[in-house]
Amino acid sequence: MTRYAMAVDLRRCVGCQTCTAACKQKNGTPPGVQWRRVLDIETGEFPDVRRSFMPVACMHCDEPACEEVCPTTATKKRDDGLVSIDYDLCIGCANCVMACPYEARSIVHKAEFAYGDKPMAHEAQSFDPARVNVSTKCTFCIDRIDLAEETGLTPGVDHQVTPACVNSCVSGAMVFGDIEDPDSEISKLLKENKSFRQNEELGTGPGVYYIWDKADEDNDL
Amino acid sequence: MKTMTFNSRISSRVQRNWDWRAAGNFIGGGVGSGLILWSALMSPLGYDSLPMMLIGLALVGTGLFCVWLEIGRPWRALNVFKHFSTSWMSREAWVAPLLFIVGAITWFFEPLLVWPTALLALLFLYSQSRILQADKGIPAWRHPRCAQLVVITGLTEGCGLLLLLLPLVDESQPWSWVVLFVLLGLRLVAWQRYRDGLTQACAPLGSQKCLESIHKKFLLIGHLLPALLLLVALLIPPVAIVAGILATVSGAWMKYILICKAAFNQGFDLQHLPVRGQP
Repeated sequence: MTRYAMAVDLRRCVGCQTCTAACKQKNGTPPGVQWRRVLDIETGEFPDVRRSFMPVACMHCDEPACEEVCPTTATKKRDDGLVSIDYDLCIGCANCVMACPYEARSIVHKAEFAYGDKPMAHEAQSFDPARVNVSTKCTFCIDRIDLAEETGLTPGVDHQVTPACVNSCVSGAMVFGDIEDPDSEISKLLKENKSFRQNEELGTGPGVYYIWDKADEDNDL
Repeated sequence: MKTMTFNSRISSRVQRNWDWRAAGNFIGGGVGSGLILWSALMSPLGYDSLPMMLIGLALVGTGLFCVWLEIGRPWRALNVFKHFSTSWMSREAWVAPLLFIVGAITWFFEPLLVWPTALLALLFLYSQSRILQADKGIPAWRHPRCAQLVVITGLTEGCGLLLLLLPLVDESQPWSWVVLFVLLGLRLVAWQRYRDGLTQACAPLGSQKCLESIHKKFLLIGHLLPALLLLVALLIPPVAIVAGILATVSGAWMKYILICKAAFNQGFDLQHLPVRGQP
């Protein structure tokens, strides 16, 4: 069984926000809505201070809290691990927004563009009226993943079927692939390194892993 | 390389998607279902509970209308019934029409059905409390004691409104004063336990501070003053009406704050700092 997931190597992320921009460009999200963003985190006390970057978006959880609370069944978890939203079913009640512990979801109530009511050419191209007044979030570029089925290409390996954020990452911090495949890059990376997931104590089983250190010699993760 | 583990939540902020309209559903649903329940339970005292039930249903309906105004695609609202298996919002939506149908039959045909109506009202209130508990993204809501507080507040508000309405259809009922007195005590305990629970669970400071900011007023105006007025009512019965108003309005106000102001989301947690100097 395929289970698509993402790994973010925090040691590599430089906080350039290219993934944020690539997501915005690919998905045409309106102003104020970022399906993906990079948190800029300062820790410690002067003079011992550190700056770290953490890209966040929908975690495509194993047990999505959003799916459980959705009263319309618009939110579904697919067999390949992706959590999707059927915009034609969603009523925009925002219950899923409240249930998501990852601030991944947004609802906009009118069509807005970077320069007011009139879209630029690329915005007009990607504008989808079905996404107004309903819940939206990162889809892991679901259209590309679906394309993999048709073309036989491999998500995470072939750029045509890999999420835009992963393709755009300048430092190679983001890796996407099937964690059920032991030979996939993401599986190897997770095996060779220590990682954590966000808010695991809530039992959602997020599908995004944050790598922070190499694994111990005995590979005991 | 030294690594650090710390618990400070990153990017926790108050939710902006549910406003007074969503709060209106929890307020109307709480007051309305509480009123239906108490008016039925205390009807053996000798008054006609049907007008109260009607007012309670109107309040529940008003709350649902508020939330209908809130949703992004109101003309698809019927989709709300589709996920009964896991969604408490869906379950609330299923209970609501049953409540109205049984309530209508009670009004028009069979007054004895006021009892199942009261049971459905209680189910409606319980569903509302579980909607909040299921929202894992808001620590102040998902705490189990929040659901307890919402249920007890709804019951208290409903009883408070009953005290206000009873003189319109009947003489004052001292037993209802006793019930409200007890409920005020329970709500106070639930409120305190809830806030303690949030502290123990390390809920976002924003939530805790927001609730702390209303604590004194809620304690004095929402509990101590109405309790005192209920004692005074033993000598001057009409004062009980003021106690009822205070108990109801303070509960509604607390719920508004809980939904709209104290609902800070989970935020993120950088459990380990990335180790530097590795390829």
